[in-house]
Amino acid sequence: MESSFDLSFRHHHLLGIEGLQPYEIGHVLDLADSYVELNRQPSKKRDLLGGLTQINLFFEVSTRTLTSFELAGKRLGADVVNMAVQGSSIKKGETLIDTAMTLNAMQPDVLVVRHQDSGAVQLLARHVRCAVINAGDGSHEHPTQALLDALTIRRRKGRLEGLIVAICGDLRHSRVARSNILLLLAMGASVRLIGPPTLLPRAFESYGCQLFTDMARGLRGCDIVMMLRLQNERMQGSFVPSVREYFHLYGLTHDKLRHAAPDALIMHPGPMNRGVEIDGVIADDIDRSAILDQVEMGVAVRMACLDLLTRSMRGEVG
Amino acid sequence: MRPLLIQNVRLLDPAAERDEPGHLLVEDGRIAAMGDLLEVPEDADLIDGEGACLAPGLVDMRVQFGEPGSEHKERLASGIRAAAAGGVTSVAVLPNTQPVIDDPAMLEFVARRARQLKSVKVYPYAALTKRLEGRELAELALLKEAGAVAFTDADRALADARVMLRALAYATAQDLLVVQHPEEPRLAEGGVMNDGAIATRLGLKGIPAMAEVMMIERDLRLVEATGARYHVAHISTAAAVDAVRRAKAKGLRVTAETTPHHLALNELEVEGYRTFAKVSPPLRSEADRAAVVEGLVDGTIDVIASDHCPQDQDSKRLPFAQAEFGVVGVETMLPVALRLVHEGHLSLLELIRKLSLAPARLLGLEAGRLQEGAPADLVLFDPERPWKITEAGLTSLAKNTAFEGRLVQGRVLLTMVDGRIVHRFRS
Repeated sequence: MESSFDLSFRHHHLLGIEGLQPYEIGHVLDLADSYVELNRQPSKKRDLLGGLTQINLFFEVSTRTLTSFELAGKRLGADVVNMAVQGSSIKKGETLIDTAMTLNAMQPDVLVVRHQDSGAVQLLARHVRCAVINAGDGSHEHPTQALLDALTIRRRKGRLEGLIVAICGDLRHSRVARSNILLLLAMGASVRLIGPPTLLPRAFESYGCQLFTDMARGLRGCDIVMMLRLQNERMQGSFVPSVREYFHLYGLTHDKLRHAAPDALIMHPGPMNRGVEIDGVIADDIDRSAILDQVEMGVAVRMACLDLLTRSMRGEVG
Repeated sequence: MRPLLIQNVRLLDPAAERDEPGHLLVEDGRIAAMGDLLEVPEDADLIDGEGACLAPGLVDMRVQFGEPGSEHKERLASGIRAAAAGGVTSVAVLPNTQPVIDDPAMLEFVARRARQLKSVKVYPYAALTKRLEGRELAELALLKEAGAVAFTDADRALADARVMLRALAYATAQDLLVVQHPEEPRLAEGGVMNDGAIATRLGLKGIPAMAEVMMIERDLRLVEATGARYHVAHISTAAAVDAVRRAKAKGLRVTAETTPHHLALNELEVEGYRTFAKVSPPLRSEADRAAVVEGLVDGTIDVIASDHCPQDQDSKRLPFAQAEFGVVGVETMLPVALRLVHEGHLSLLELIRKLSLAPARLLGLEAGRLQEGAPADLVLFDPERPWKITEAGLTSLAKNTAFEGRLVQGRVLLTMVDGRIVHRFRS
């Protein structure tokens, strides 16, 4: 029988923030906190996942997320294999489901998957027996990014509830934004979205976000400034006229940052485009910028996720 | 062939506004007599209808049956069997085959293949432009003489205003019917579902509702200028219904069609990235769906057609953006559409009109009416009988139904083409 007081993590996969309860998010963050401490020790190794196999299946190029997941798995003692599939099998006519079945036959315990299509990781998860972690699917979700952002904020500000968070840039195409919006709202923060109208779907209003097309107004009094990466192909006249104009209106500069709270924290999921969405000087401002914290928290959060999702197969209570 | 008496039925004939109990006698493939008391030849075979509805066989004016070119998805033979199972006795097949039906020889090939199967009647559309490229007109008059019932670039909008103007103008000489897939292609480009809150949440590219009405409104200007006969295929949005309503009020020769899935389903079906709910035009908002029903009820929308678009597993078991568009529907059209009757939107007679007489008239077919001397293309159905739609229960080769697992009310019991039984329900 399931106890209603059991605050465990009952999900078989981590496919998105959607579907997670606030207490489950809190549970992941609490556990991640302990891994932050572990990662700061000279000996960072645990053997929790000894004997388990983790495959990082990346259909899209990634350096930092892949490295972060690889480190997380290795520090917990898993055998970690990286598979980059950038179009190679697809060109041979293999479908995503073929790939899933093939990998399934190799008996992995955890699959960490990134794919360029929204919903692709969910599709794959239906065809494998192991736990699946979504490392980013199209413009849909990137749950571990939102969790690591939340951990970063919580450690720097002591809480999530009641904070005003501004997310700025290409909201239309960003999976980071979608996962963050869901998580922050669930945890009681208020969320403002700032961007040019072409990159700011009005539908986000129905989530309970406030939408702004003016950076100064949107940043007024906010506690957290989250910048999003603007992809190169969006900058050449289709969504915004030029990099120069985008930076002029939406690039984070000291001048615009004056409108935020004096102790506002600056975040960016990386990799940054210096001079496009963020002024390099701000990114390097050690007091204001949490960008390197985010990277550190990323490993800890991913360790927590791997730990939680493998508990039942390790015979532990979630 | 011996005469056949179908006894104890509810006769439904939208042409004569007839809805009454009676019997119907078939002789030599045609309707010989019908009504209350009939003089029945002594050697006649008997079918007891047990009070079920007997209506003109349905006319489905928008299907794809895979031949030639996509025989792994559907064949004429399997498509026709599915049609018969759905009470459909005439279909119009789209020209977006491989090769494209844009010359008389190709058209005759399809028509001949269908005739050989001696079942449901197959009427080919022809391409409006060569290779469906939207640049040069196809040989409309020659294609018409070869048997084309109407002209369309199928699932592509004819987007070039100048070509469309010329197509409509040229079509007036022979009073040809021009059918448009109403979608402004640049606005729809890359889109995979209805634009809106759900698309935003799922991270899928949207096709805005305005893409539909924009193309229709442009075309209506051209129709007004040329006086051509213009038919809007699979209408899906409130704004587009409204545009057609205004055009009809103005007296333009405009007709419109929608599909069972746009009448019954909305964009919520896409939840969970269900590729079997990926159709073109996309399933729309609930407000749009309700407006389409309203347009059907008030006569703005003339026809219901299945838009049967077979896809195999490999085309659908993919990430949503990569999956093909389309659902099968020829054999579930009647039960799904009957929901409109059960919910009190339409009378049974009105529904049958939109499924048979109206499309038959548009395409100039001798079908859609119960009339002495007319071909005995008939459907006998029980409008109440409940059943569950399942992939395994489908007759068509392709199984990509949007209605998997749904309970519907209304079962086709018997389908007849030219007096020959082409489908009989076995419970």
